Amino acid sequence: MSSNNRMLSYSLAINEALHQAMAFDKSVFLIGQGVKSPWYVGNTCKGLLEKFGPERVIDTPVSENAITGAAVGAALAGMRPVVVHPRMDFMMYAMDPIINEASNWHYMFGGKLSVPVVIWGIINRGGEQAAQHSQAIHALFAHIPGLKVVIPSTPYDAKGLLVASIEDDNPVIFIDDRWLYNLEGEVPEKLYSVPIGKGIIRKEGTDVTLLAISYMVVESMKAADHLEKEGIDVEVVDLRSIKPLDEGLLYESVKKTGKLVVADGGWKTCGIASEISALVSQNIFEYLKAPIIRVTLPDTPAPASSILEENYYPTFKNIINSVKSIVKN
Amino acid sequence: MALHATQSFLEKLYRTMVKIRLCEESFVEPILNGEIRCPVHLYTGQEAIATGVCAALRKTDYIFGTHRSHGHYLAKGGGIKELVAEIYCKETGCSKGRGGSMHIIDPPNGMFGSAPIVGGTISLALGAALASKIRRDGRITVAFFGDGAAGEGVLYESLNFASLKKLPIIFACENNFYSTHMPISECRPDQNIFKIAKPFCIQSYRVHGNDVLKVYEAARKSVGLCRKGQGPVFLEFVTYRLRGHVGPDDNIQGTHADIRPKEEIERWQRKDPIKRFRQFLVKDRILSEKDLRRIDQHVEREVRDAHAFARMSPLPRKRELTKYVFK
Repeated sequence: MSSNNRMLSYSLAINEALHQAMAFDKSVFLIGQGVKSPWYVGNTCKGLLEKFGPERVIDTPVSENAITGAAVGAALAGMRPVVVHPRMDFMMYAMDPIINEASNWHYMFGGKLSVPVVIWGIINRGGEQAAQHSQAIHALFAHIPGLKVVIPSTPYDAKGLLVASIEDDNPVIFIDDRWLYNLEGEVPEKLYSVPIGKGIIRKEGTDVTLLAISYMVVESMKAADHLEKEGIDVEVVDLRSIKPLDEGLLYESVKKTGKLVVADGGWKTCGIASEISALVSQNIFEYLKAPIIRVTLPDTPAPASSILEENYYPTFKNIINSVKSIVKN
Repeated sequence: MALHATQSFLEKLYRTMVKIRLCEESFVEPILNGEIRCPVHLYTGQEAIATGVCAALRKTDYIFGTHRSHGHYLAKGGGIKELVAEIYCKETGCSKGRGGSMHIIDPPNGMFGSAPIVGGTISLALGAALASKIRRDGRITVAFFGDGAAGEGVLYESLNFASLKKLPIIFACENNFYSTHMPISECRPDQNIFKIAKPFCIQSYRVHGNDVLKVYEAARKSVGLCRKGQGPVFLEFVTYRLRGHVGPDDNIQGTHADIRPKEEIERWQRKDPIKRFRQFLVKDRILSEKDLRRIDQHVEREVRDAHAFARMSPLPRKRELTKYVFK
């Protein structure tokens, strides 16, 4: 049953996706550290253990490598596991099953088996948590052939992209951000999916394209509001997936505006913003009227001290300044 | 010997071991003359382990292998033509020429893939066993790995989780005493690898890996335990590879990094699992020399045909370079 205008928080949208996907398909199960602890996963896993039992909602010891590998192996054996990493930093222990095994299995065996696993990494930063409790490393996964990477910014997309990730026959890295968890938005009650690889225009505009992902979409919308008042008409494009990446939508927007600012919550060097800049330069260079500007984290580990944190995480203010640097009004 | 064995079962064990041996040895010449170029890790000398373990499994049970897994694949029922074609990197190979010798697979027979990242497939096997536990499908999974993998942390994580969840998995460690070039004495303070499972409350045993009947008995008992929900089980099979780490001669004939003493190699040649089993079959009058020769000849033909098939097979199409990245 779908009801119009039902509002839900981002984290509860994830929760609803898990409930509905697990009810719909018995091969779906959830595994990872802290799935029964809100301290780890907020309210994203609320009620799952009670409803589906400990065989399908598996809280695990701290063993990221084996547990992620187990999710990959279960996927090979026909299940559709979702393995959660409550902090992406700890996913570093699971690089072998993700990058050597899951991503390659379909290719290196000539299509004999695929790996329908969802590897869910939560970006959990701020609050003086410092360098190993803060990392946003989505770009690292986007570099790897055979992985899909989705990074939703709204409750609607969080649910729809998680469902799509579970339904996908390939390994999908699903990345969310705790800074988005309390964001409210319209979420249909029915089971639906949002196509992987399709971006969306959040706000139409003509002066400059502001391309953003995940939490930076929130900051970008704020920036666009401010700039509107100053007479700058910004088009905000939310990529939603970074692999595959919606090149068509990107080019369409930049062809219209001739200017591009990319806002990404990851690091600058070899990041998603760099990839997008390269794509635009290579494919529609003739439409560009100004240099492409990247708004990203500096190439620095996350600091603890809040005064340093304030300088570390880009906000709508940084975006506004970047837009103004290439748009004269 | 308490063995529930019939003549045809013993004959099957012999045939499988010979098939693995002759298949492995058939690669030597094409490797040396450059016809086969992908890295090939020969299983010669370890045939009793794959053969004995897989004889205790059902077709629907899962196995995962390593860089040295031709034997596992064949013992689980994989087709020899598709194996040989894969090693020639042909389109007709079991992995369509995308994997080569280190990546062989046969899902219909439960061989779910092999990979050279040491220890990398152990956790995948763990997951397959977890899937069986969740579905209650009665299957069991065998993770094959070598002594080198006992140096990888993921093995210990996997042992812990398997025991915690009582998963139907057999950890099958083939201890051939060398982790590539490095002798086990330089890798571990205690060489009894099976002991590593004990702190995780896993039943573990050391088994004579060159005696196919002992291997089979250990596997049969372990499979029985796993099917009753009393797994996991850890089995250390003591064995020796009679060829180099990779290719026919690396670290055995002095051309690369010869670190294995000649006397040690000769001692293990005398314990050759196939010779041993032949002697037993003849001595106990289960099969005659003539019967055995007939089997050998039959397998030789099969191997020859497989090479002919592989050589005549087409290469992958260039335009299909990016096929299979995603399903």
